[in-house]
Amino acid sequence: MSATSIFEFANPVRFERIAARAFPLALIAALVSAAIGLYFALFNSPADYQQGETVRIMYVHVPAAWMALFCYSAMAVSSAAGFIWKHPLADVAAKESAPIGAAFTFLALFTGSLWGKPMWGAWWAWDARLTSVLILFFLYLGYMALWRAVPDKTRAAKLAAILAIVGFVNIPIIKFSVDWWNSLHQPASILRADGPSVHPAMLTPLFLLIGAYSFAYIALLLSAMRNELIARRLARYELASGEAPARVVER
Amino acid sequence: MNALLAIIARDIRLAFRAGGGALQAVSFFALTIVLFALAVGPNLELMSEIAAPVLWTAALLATLISLEQIYRADREDGSLDVLVETSSLLALTALAKATAHWISTGLLLTAATPVLALLLNIEGAALWPLILSLLIGAPGLSLIGSFAAALTAALPRAGLLIAIIVSPLYAPILIFGAGAASAGAAGDPQYSANLALLGASSLFAAIFSPLASAAALRFNLD
Repeated sequence: MSATSIFEFANPVRFERIAARAFPLALIAALVSAAIGLYFALFNSPADYQQGETVRIMYVHVPAAWMALFCYSAMAVSSAAGFIWKHPLADVAAKESAPIGAAFTFLALFTGSLWGKPMWGAWWAWDARLTSVLILFFLYLGYMALWRAVPDKTRAAKLAAILAIVGFVNIPIIKFSVDWWNSLHQPASILRADGPSVHPAMLTPLFLLIGAYSFAYIALLLSAMRNELIARRLARYELASGEAPARVVER
Repeated sequence: MNALLAIIARDIRLAFRAGGGALQAVSFFALTIVLFALAVGPNLELMSEIAAPVLWTAALLATLISLEQIYRADREDGSLDVLVETSSLLALTALAKATAHWISTGLLLTAATPVLALLLNIEGAALWPLILSLLIGAPGLSLIGSFAAALTAALPRAGLLIAIIVSPLYAPILIFGAGAASAGAAGDPQYSANLALLGASSLFAAIFSPLASAAALRFNLD
């Protein structure tokens, strides 16, 4: 049953219909939760007893870092799905997740740097967590470069899928880098066996902004996938209607 | 088994003949170190402190520039198609290609290291950790690199793309390799831990890189 339900969305027409309806909903959900989350983060949450007001950087930094890992995982899972079941939309989802994930990774590095300067006294430290996230950023860039370099899209999808799956080894290294190595970065304080060590008043804005980032990812992914599908249809149409030879004649 | 040995012998012969990249890679290795020394200036004390990381980075870069040649010539003259069609287990063929690359570059770089180490003011006792770390780590560089070469085998000018793809994947080998060489030179107890992690990285690459390379090669010949 599950196999049929995945493939129901493989029909691009059906996908287009669902995506057209889901896109504005995701966009509104992202904007609303970002507005409420930012209100709580800036005006209605306590300052940290050690870090003071700079702790508010956490509300834009932590969700970005989570999304950086989430987008790569989504990319690797859809790559595997495209690889194993030859699901036609999985390749598109993987391809379009990469620039969004790279942007979230950049945002995590950038806000982390802004937070690091007042807290650690340095914009950057070559410590395990920071280094592995920087490597994640370059993995995204390599994946995108491979897609651009291979002219045949079917082949590009398969090769990029292998690269995405190989690069996935970095994800657990990032997640556990703060436990394995002596890191300047603080250890996990939300996903812990004994419950979060963060004050509940800080968790409300954090979860609202994680929701906002996730909905933003969904909205961006849906619109990017629709664009890609339209671009591919257009390319096929131009090829079929013989417009390409016409251009050669014009030249 | 004989077929695999034949592939290794053939690739090594090709690497050392005219147009092969083996001697070019070693020259590039030496030149990188010279350029680095020129940039640092005549400060021998500073030089011996950063010698192990510099040598490791230079070895990595020399491996990097020779990766494109692993599959390019085979792809151009059609022998890659024959290799893929006739091999009973393509992953083993990919492993043989990576082994040949290690012998014709990695092992050669390791052999050239004692001479170049003199230029960087590495003392006698500090040399052995460096050579040992290169012996354990360089196969990993060839294995991971041959995967990137397989991924881009069908592209005409893949050199820069290979560098972009493979550099992030090289991070663990460089960290543990240079770490082991530095710790060994300083008599640090972290030496053996770094060496063990370096060996683990190389072994991990030995298992997964041939499988990934085989998949990539098949898709590149469709």
